[in-house]
Amino acid sequence: MSEIATPSRRQLLTLIGRMGGAAAMYQAMTALGHAAETQFDGPPVLSGAKPGASVVVLGAGLAGMVAAYELEKAGYAVKILEFQDRPGGRNYSLRGGDTFTESDGTVQKVQFAPGNYINPGPWRIPHHHKCVLHYCRQFGVALEPFIQLNHNGFIHASDAFGGKPVRYKEAAVDFKGHTSELLAKALNSGSLDQSVTGEDKERLLEALRGWGVLDDKMAYTSSVRVSSQRGYDRAPGGGVDGAPTPSQIASLSDVLAPQVWTAMSFYFNYVMQTTMFQPVGGMDMIGKAFASRVGKSITYNAKVTKVAQNGKGVTVSYKDVPSGKTSSVSADWCVCTIPLSIISQVEMQVSPKMAAALKAVPYSGHIKMGMEFKRRFWEEDDNIYGGHSFTDQAIGQLSYPNDRMFSQGPAVLLGAFTSGAGAFELAGMTPQERIEAALTQGEIFHPQYRKEFLNGVSVPWTRVPWILGCVSHWSEEGRAEHYQDLVAIDGRIAMAGEHASYYGGWMEGSMLSGLDAISRIHKRSLEA
Amino acid sequence: MRVRFVLTVLALAAAPASADTPGSVQARNNTADGAKVYKQICAACHMPNAMGSGGGVIPALAKNKKLANPAYPIGVLTKGKGAMPAMSEILKPAQIAAVLTFVRTSFGNNYPKPVTEADVKAAK
Repeated sequence: MSEIATPSRRQLLTLIGRMGGAAAMYQAMTALGHAAETQFDGPPVLSGAKPGASVVVLGAGLAGMVAAYELEKAGYAVKILEFQDRPGGRNYSLRGGDTFTESDGTVQKVQFAPGNYINPGPWRIPHHHKCVLHYCRQFGVALEPFIQLNHNGFIHASDAFGGKPVRYKEAAVDFKGHTSELLAKALNSGSLDQSVTGEDKERLLEALRGWGVLDDKMAYTSSVRVSSQRGYDRAPGGGVDGAPTPSQIASLSDVLAPQVWTAMSFYFNYVMQTTMFQPVGGMDMIGKAFASRVGKSITYNAKVTKVAQNGKGVTVSYKDVPSGKTSSVSADWCVCTIPLSIISQVEMQVSPKMAAALKAVPYSGHIKMGMEFKRRFWEEDDNIYGGHSFTDQAIGQLSYPNDRMFSQGPAVLLGAFTSGAGAFELAGMTPQERIEAALTQGEIFHPQYRKEFLNGVSVPWTRVPWILGCVSHWSEEGRAEHYQDLVAIDGRIAMAGEHASYYGGWMEGSMLSGLDAISRIHKRSLEA
Repeated sequence: MRVRFVLTVLALAAAPASADTPGSVQARNNTADGAKVYKQICAACHMPNAMGSGGGVIPALAKNKKLANPAYPIGVLTKGKGAMPAMSEILKPAQIAAVLTFVRTSFGNNYPKPVTEADVKAAK
């Protein structure tokens, strides 16, 4: 019996890459259904670090820890300085017994029941964020579905539907129906004859009839057929009394509320499409998995005060926060993952171009609130299992827990997730005021809210002391002017983190930038 | 009608998303009361007492001599500065004028000449 050696896909691609260059490899990858979804094709294979070569990593978030993990595998001596007393950075979860201290010293004590948590930072992982998923798979971090699109979630706009929340399926089906009817009218009046051939006109009318669930007069009207998409007044049953009764469609004017199409459009975003995932038990399972591998290299409570460099290496000065004692660490290279909102105010010996880039990126100020209730009334009373409800109030949205559905006892939902004006408004309040606002606004969706409420915690990122913002928010102009200066290795220093990526605010961006930075450092190190 | 128009503008600014953003559109805050704008927008970072935070990373607005010439804070609010985003997406010129007039006469600042909507518009 002989075995025929067939090249693996990766070997084949490497071969094609060597023979035909990157463009040929990309074409081949696309043909193999392998490209386009992600720039991640496995972790960098770094090997043969020079004996004694060293790297200091600033920040033990995901960018820093993935960099440290791969560098140590390649043989580098790595030290990580971390300001907080825990690993993970924005990858973290709050549970009962945890405290959260705001930048003005306000302390919130989380009172959730055992097993309950919120993820104040990242909370959902797209299926194409293959770098994050790769390490989860490799480290055995258990993942479960994150329910993204829930047709039974609510949409609320103060100036539509009489100010009452409606189910997503009702609003979306009505939007689709009304716009289909209008387009059909335009087609039938001949006003689009210049834009569409006679044959396509017929095909489009047929599509609108089916897609929009239009009646035989090409009108969108209340019917049992329409109810089979938007839901019934009386749902189908069994036996003698099983016939359903239709629901009444909403008006065109109501479904033109921007909240409706924004929600529909939201789910079309590349990063928001199903399937999405979350780690079982809290997002910090990912950070903890990294920390169990690189934790021995981390110095906690280390506040970086100065980063100096010369032609040979980098010296980072830092203060041990509890004792105030200052120390320094030197290495051949530095990967700096400290958020720009902070590092831009630290003394950095970098070129004027990088210094300008560090000050060029605004940060958005999201807020999240975790609210614990006595029972899962959204499941038991309202048939909502995971997913979101959207509102134009300051809280922005409610998101329902994706785990342990149907379980008894207290459960935590996300009682606010918002940025912009709403986030600023909530952040400017005391924790007690935020809870009161979230109860008043959430009650519009769920009248059970106050009766079932137990406790809550709010995390306004603008008041998180170690970042004072949530995520980088590059403008197109800012990126054109500064991005390359930010990511270029400056002497012995490379920046990494979500801000040094085109996936701002995503763990994928942090990790891809960390891997890219160390790949370039490794190359330079071997050349030096 | 006016409210609906404003909401539409905000929605266009909100989508499509590349970051992990909320999926909702917010009603615009229309107050032109400077103290209210401060409380509802500025206090999130600069704090209710205008003392800033992060040991100076977010600067104090209290007793801040940089407020003497209104051109400086108008520029910061309309264009952003460092990690601070431009506020022109969520505040109208009249609101920016009102909040600057408030801050320049509060928190130990004493620059009584009001900042006008025209001043803010002229800076763009």
